[in-house]
Amino acid sequence: MKMNGAEILMECMVREGVDTIFGYPGGAIMPVHDAMLKYPVHHILTRHEQGAAHAADGYARASGKVGVAVATSGPGATNLVTGIATAIMDSVPIVCITGQVAAHLIGGDAFQEVDVTGITLPITKHNYLITSADEIAQVVREAFHIARSGRPGPVLIDICKNAQLEEIEFEYPEGEFSLPGYHPPDHAPMEGLKKAIELIEAAERPVILAGHGVQMSGAMEELKMFATKTNTPVAMTLLGLGAIPASDPLSLGMMGMHGEAYANEAIQESDLLLAFGMRFDDRVTGLLSTYAPKAKKIHIEIDATEVHKNVTVDVPLMGDLKTVLSDLIPMLDEYDHEKWMTQIGEWKAETKERSIMSWHDDGKLYTAHAIRALWNATEGDSLVVTGVGQHQMWAAQYYEFEKPYKLLTSGGAGTMGYGIPAALGAWFADKESDVWLIDGDGSFQMTQAELSTLMQEGASVKIALMNNSFLGMVRQWQEFFFDKRYAATPISGPDFVKLAEAHGIPARRVTKPEEAMDAIKFAQETPGPVLIEFQVEMEEAVYPMVPAGAPLNEMLRRPIRK
Amino acid sequence: MENTIVALVEDKPGVLNRVASLFRRRNFNIKSLNVGRTETENVSRMTIVVDSEGVDARKVEANLYKLVNVIDVQDVTNQPAVHRDLALVKVSAKPEQRGEVASLASIFRGKIVDVAPDSVIVEITGTEDKIESLIELLRPLGILEMVRTGNVAMMRGDMSGKRYAPSQQ
Repeated sequence: MKMNGAEILMECMVREGVDTIFGYPGGAIMPVHDAMLKYPVHHILTRHEQGAAHAADGYARASGKVGVAVATSGPGATNLVTGIATAIMDSVPIVCITGQVAAHLIGGDAFQEVDVTGITLPITKHNYLITSADEIAQVVREAFHIARSGRPGPVLIDICKNAQLEEIEFEYPEGEFSLPGYHPPDHAPMEGLKKAIELIEAAERPVILAGHGVQMSGAMEELKMFATKTNTPVAMTLLGLGAIPASDPLSLGMMGMHGEAYANEAIQESDLLLAFGMRFDDRVTGLLSTYAPKAKKIHIEIDATEVHKNVTVDVPLMGDLKTVLSDLIPMLDEYDHEKWMTQIGEWKAETKERSIMSWHDDGKLYTAHAIRALWNATEGDSLVVTGVGQHQMWAAQYYEFEKPYKLLTSGGAGTMGYGIPAALGAWFADKESDVWLIDGDGSFQMTQAELSTLMQEGASVKIALMNNSFLGMVRQWQEFFFDKRYAATPISGPDFVKLAEAHGIPARRVTKPEEAMDAIKFAQETPGPVLIEFQVEMEEAVYPMVPAGAPLNEMLRRPIRK
Repeated sequence: MENTIVALVEDKPGVLNRVASLFRRRNFNIKSLNVGRTETENVSRMTIVVDSEGVDARKVEANLYKLVNVIDVQDVTNQPAVHRDLALVKVSAKPEQRGEVASLASIFRGKIVDVAPDSVIVEITGTEDKIESLIELLRPLGILEMVRTGNVAMMRGDMSGKRYAPSQQ
């Protein structure tokens, strides 16, 4: 059948399961948007290409499928860059399609020509430049395979306009394709498993470090079996939250810079760390030279470049986490580690005493309390999307995640502005799901143009906007480390309620703790997007905090308040 | 400290850029890099000499291997391999000095491949050490220009180097 390149692209993407595309049109991608009309796909017009990339990311994280973002050449493509970098840092499978000027114009600085494959080379898992229509089918199949397999990540396909328009005789290429240099590991060798078992047998104070890999590999059940059989507590990274339920007695909650103090204490005192699909990011290790000094380390990881990268480990097990754990579990004996669990229990009790949740009502509205009200109202079962900053850490701490795939947040890249578009994408992954965006006034204002997209699409995203009129996390660092010199952190905003209403989005403002529940109920009962602005305490800090470059157990703790 | 790594890569546009970009991105230092065709169509071969003073060579290998277009990575450092570098050295030489240059070159099994009124070009092939030695001897005469290919390496017989495999960390 005669088809043009743009139609071939759409045909191949639909065959990969694509039915939702986030994008923005432009000269060099027009044939692709034109071809979309012939296929059963829904195109969501974001208000900025960064929004399209984050929306594809949110869609991918919430659905487990590959998210797709489409943009034109030049500035359209460069606007995707922040979204692509966000996706690679958090291993999110997205495919970005960008238009490019005609092949014969490449290198000549034509209108809206930018070297997109060059720019995105270090922030994609792989990328392609297509100059003729006959390359498209093969490349699309490879791109989706690479994006979703192994350690997932973003793949970009830059397609010259002539290739989109070129008509060729097309038949879909069934069968295998060859990627001679791409072999993600699956099983780890038996020799390594045996060494791991020896360390597990010898351990008295083991801790599991559960990362994003647990959920990406779908290894929640295996993690639970492993932890239960060996009675080993589980600390989670930010992206690991939900790997085991927060209410599980073995859960230590989040580790790291703003992690639970007892989780960090346990890691520092541990004699065996079992790192499952995590990468020892500086935000979870603190000062490396003092990290878990007494612990042997086992690292189960699918990406070999992560092994020995930050922390040299004793037993690396390269493979898919679910597969490796399934191989390990039958080899395990049962252990109780009773003394160790008792010790951790004591550390936990000390934390409770310091918690802001133990404070008496002082009439002030704190973000933590607003988030806890949200948790109560949603029975801890919402899909939560966040921006980046203090509100993000409080969401991680106080929205206690019972289930996997319920927290969408920019971890590795820490991309402010991720929230609104990612929540939009997440809603498209499952329109029946209950999506709450917990955002800060700084993050929100970075991508607030996407409110228009929410409204145009009728996307039922409920927004809890924590407004403290500061870029709160930077302000907190200024308070602690720069003698309270608040340079460039006070931030004003519009009247957020009016802003929402100008978009046709119902909105409420909350200024007192006792108003929180009513407002949340209002949001739940009102169909479509709703915004609740919480005017929270301006100078509250996130505790505990491990200062950058400090040992993990040297935390700034919340002062005890009677 | 340096490591010599042999990588087989798909012969596609931009692959050299991917490798170079990787070294820059991960802050690895390349001492020399040589690319050329191989016995197999569509497969190129890179010999990369990397400064492994401050970086674990395994990291370099793991990152190379992770590139989709890289098919095979071997470390041939301290392995039974043949290492060769080729240099062209233009030496300032009046007619009466040509004899001296020629005899120095021949000691190292080099040869003179071009003669001009005031200079000659010496071609020398060998290990880096051997080439360095000749260069030191030629330097007092005045080296006008020099070019080197960088190291290329091949394992002897049917041996292979320490082949990188993700499972063998």
